[in-house]
Amino acid sequence: MSEITASSSAGAISADPNQRFYLATEHHPENGTLLGFWLYLMSDCLVFACLFAAYGVLGRSYAGGPTGAELFELPLVAFNTSMLLLSSITYGFAMLEMQRRRVGATLAWLAITGLFGAAFLSVELYEFAHLIHEGAGPQRSAFLSSFFTLVATHGLHVTFGIVWLITLMVQLGKHGLIPENRRRLLCLSMFWHFLDVVWIGVFTFVYLMGVLP
Amino acid sequence: MLDHPDLTKLIFGRLTWDAIPFHEPILLFTFIGVAIGGIAILGLMTWYRLWGPFWRDWVTSIDHKKIGIMYIVLGLVMLLRGFSDAIMMRAQQAIAFNGSEGFLPPHHYDQIFTAHGVIMIFFVAMPLVTGLMNFVVPLQIGARDVSFPFLNNFSFWMTTFGAMLTMTSLFVGEFARTGWLAYPPLSGILSSPDVGVDYYIWSLQIAGVGTLLSGVNLIATIVKMRAPGMTLMKMPVFTWTALCTNILIVAAFPVLTAVLALLSLDRYVGTNFFTNDLGGNAMMYVNLIWIWGHPEVYILVLPAFGIFSEVVSTFCGKRLFGYASMVYATLVITILSYLVWLHHFFTMGSGASVNSFFGITTMIISIPTGAKIFNWLFTMYRGRIRFELPMMWTIGFMITFVIGGMTGVLLAVPPADFVLHNSLFLIAHFHNVIIGGVLFGLLAGITYWFPKAFGFRLDPFWGKCSFWFWITGFYFAFMPLYVLGLMGVTRRLNHFEDPSLQIWFQIAAFGAALIALGILSFIIQLAVSIVRRDSLRDTTGDPWDGRTLEWSTSSPPPAYNFAFTPIVRDNDAWYDMKANQYARPQSGFIPIHMPKNTGAGFIIAALSAVCGFALIWHMWPLAGAGFAAMLIAIIVHTFNYKRDYHVPAEEVIRVESARTRLMAGHV
Repeated sequence: MSEITASSSAGAISADPNQRFYLATEHHPENGTLLGFWLYLMSDCLVFACLFAAYGVLGRSYAGGPTGAELFELPLVAFNTSMLLLSSITYGFAMLEMQRRRVGATLAWLAITGLFGAAFLSVELYEFAHLIHEGAGPQRSAFLSSFFTLVATHGLHVTFGIVWLITLMVQLGKHGLIPENRRRLLCLSMFWHFLDVVWIGVFTFVYLMGVLP
Repeated sequence: MLDHPDLTKLIFGRLTWDAIPFHEPILLFTFIGVAIGGIAILGLMTWYRLWGPFWRDWVTSIDHKKIGIMYIVLGLVMLLRGFSDAIMMRAQQAIAFNGSEGFLPPHHYDQIFTAHGVIMIFFVAMPLVTGLMNFVVPLQIGARDVSFPFLNNFSFWMTTFGAMLTMTSLFVGEFARTGWLAYPPLSGILSSPDVGVDYYIWSLQIAGVGTLLSGVNLIATIVKMRAPGMTLMKMPVFTWTALCTNILIVAAFPVLTAVLALLSLDRYVGTNFFTNDLGGNAMMYVNLIWIWGHPEVYILVLPAFGIFSEVVSTFCGKRLFGYASMVYATLVITILSYLVWLHHFFTMGSGASVNSFFGITTMIISIPTGAKIFNWLFTMYRGRIRFELPMMWTIGFMITFVIGGMTGVLLAVPPADFVLHNSLFLIAHFHNVIIGGVLFGLLAGITYWFPKAFGFRLDPFWGKCSFWFWITGFYFAFMPLYVLGLMGVTRRLNHFEDPSLQIWFQIAAFGAALIALGILSFIIQLAVSIVRRDSLRDTTGDPWDGRTLEWSTSSPPPAYNFAFTPIVRDNDAWYDMKANQYARPQSGFIPIHMPKNTGAGFIIAALSAVCGFALIWHMWPLAGAGFAAMLIAIIVHTFNYKRDYHVPAEEVIRVESARTRLMAGHV
């Protein structure tokens, strides 16, 4: 330390005019996590955009096979949609409880969210199994290839969302609502709602428009 | 391998001893060479006990500077592989006349031209560009690291393992024989049932994840971590181009991921996206891959433009001419790069209106690019130009790139493209812009920032040799291809019937040999510089009389980059500081908050490569296990909450006073 002081007094210029060139205190740049996560979500959105585009191009290429109007059971899909929308609402409740710093209630709402997500996935798997059983698997026609890929990619995202949710619940139980965990909950929240928005697109463009004659 | 055939098939999938190319002498000798070299390196590392430091200081490092350097090492190593492919092609085409089939049989030749394109774009140009951005951007914006240091390490290892997977295809199995974009139906399962296209897919998927995440990372870094006072319009131009490039990465790479995923579904599951029957549409693949592919060329060239901007203003001792117009030109190019993809396949038959639209947007891109050229020229005008090596690369670029740009405008005219598409004219054009633009820029950047990274300059003599061999070699190698293209010679041909063409291919091969000398000179330059490092030492941290913040810290910079975060008051922040009698702070040091190293990135990336290799060879249990292990590794990593630490003030004092002594000793 003494050495530094000595060399600084030997310097020809006093420290004062220097203060305009640097911060003498610790600099805290803004945390980039939320921006970064938004960017990731937008990139993921582009993956879905490609799959929607592929469906847009191939959605009527039935190759003599079954059409959407023949295959889709709207009541089942409507039920499924409601499961996912409800899971978004319950995730919102979990976030409200997080703001009140109540770990127990947050965990409970997260668990309910996960259950709704699992219900959504179960119905989707049932629908897939049913279609494949009827001979309308993804290999049957370009329409079915693009349908299965789009819907299953969304389903895969929900699956990873549930894995993430369970991991986060364990971490919440372990460390409580520390800032890191609150940030992670916020990221998963954005992810979950994003999947909801994508599903609205799937429901509208694939199912509702698919049953049109 | 085992007695039970079903069990063997379950474990090893399609992998048998036949996949090892014992019968191909070129590959066998390459393998022996690589194996001897590899064993020598591993042995030396063991002998000098370097494994521990290598793991601690490099593999697990989250320091953006070290990751940047590792990216550049990766790019340069892969350049040797990509160039070996190139010189083999040039040799083959120079001799395969008059009934001679040359030395490369078609199935091998086809792999070589595919591997050459894939490696040069994904594993040479991309790592070099990402490496320079990683190294330079945090220093230029006065930050201590990137926004997500762990992700940065992970991205690097994903890119590296993608490259390793491509390299594995050389000795285990084969690479794609489809051309670098693997158009279906040729890349479909019916025409390419072997592992080549699967190597292609999984290498690019793994590396693509790395590229995408590094794009997210650098955008967040540039947006959130700039030093106080550095508004957007005070950012150095290289940082601007890096920002635009990373925006392009985030907006383009998901499309590549999606389209390759669809191709793999066609190949693995039997879907019908791009097949000829059951409603598939192969042209959709071509559209989608060029929606990624065209922005990709701007991903590569924009940072090169940034490098030239830094170099020109530094070596002309002048503020960059037309800073604002440079920024806007970059942004316009960023946007326009999304509106031109169809010019890669005018011959698809999309009709006159569509072709006109894309032809015109393509021509419009030359306007902001031309503005940039004029800005550089006006910066040079009445500047005190120092013809150091980076400046020579810049001038070489300006001449070469303008020629390449003009042939690009020729190709943008749809009727001309109908004649010239798929010809060697096209090959000459894009090598003209990628070598003359991207590669010259990267070499300028490497020469320019090398002293910052290592504390000594590169030897100028061998650098100038490299420059002159490269530039003359380039003209000899590619000007004949323009001629051949105009005569109607198409690309990717294995041998020729018309003997009158041979002379042009021989000239091109001579050019490739000159480029080989250029690369050799570059390697000698590195070696000579390391040997002579004491006389080339940069003690000031500012060897070129630079203008931006990276030159305000020591060479090489300390792990924390800046002892105090700088305050920016001018576009050329460091020039402004020097002009206003800035003195380096020598007291009042405080502890510095820094991220901690982690091995998680390496482990997860290695597992993804295992998973990819298993998927290529249809080893389903291994693929499942690899994927599960990767998932578990990711989850375990999220349980690590202690990711940072404080560099104690005493350590900062020690490092800074060492620099003070160094600077005092060399005044």
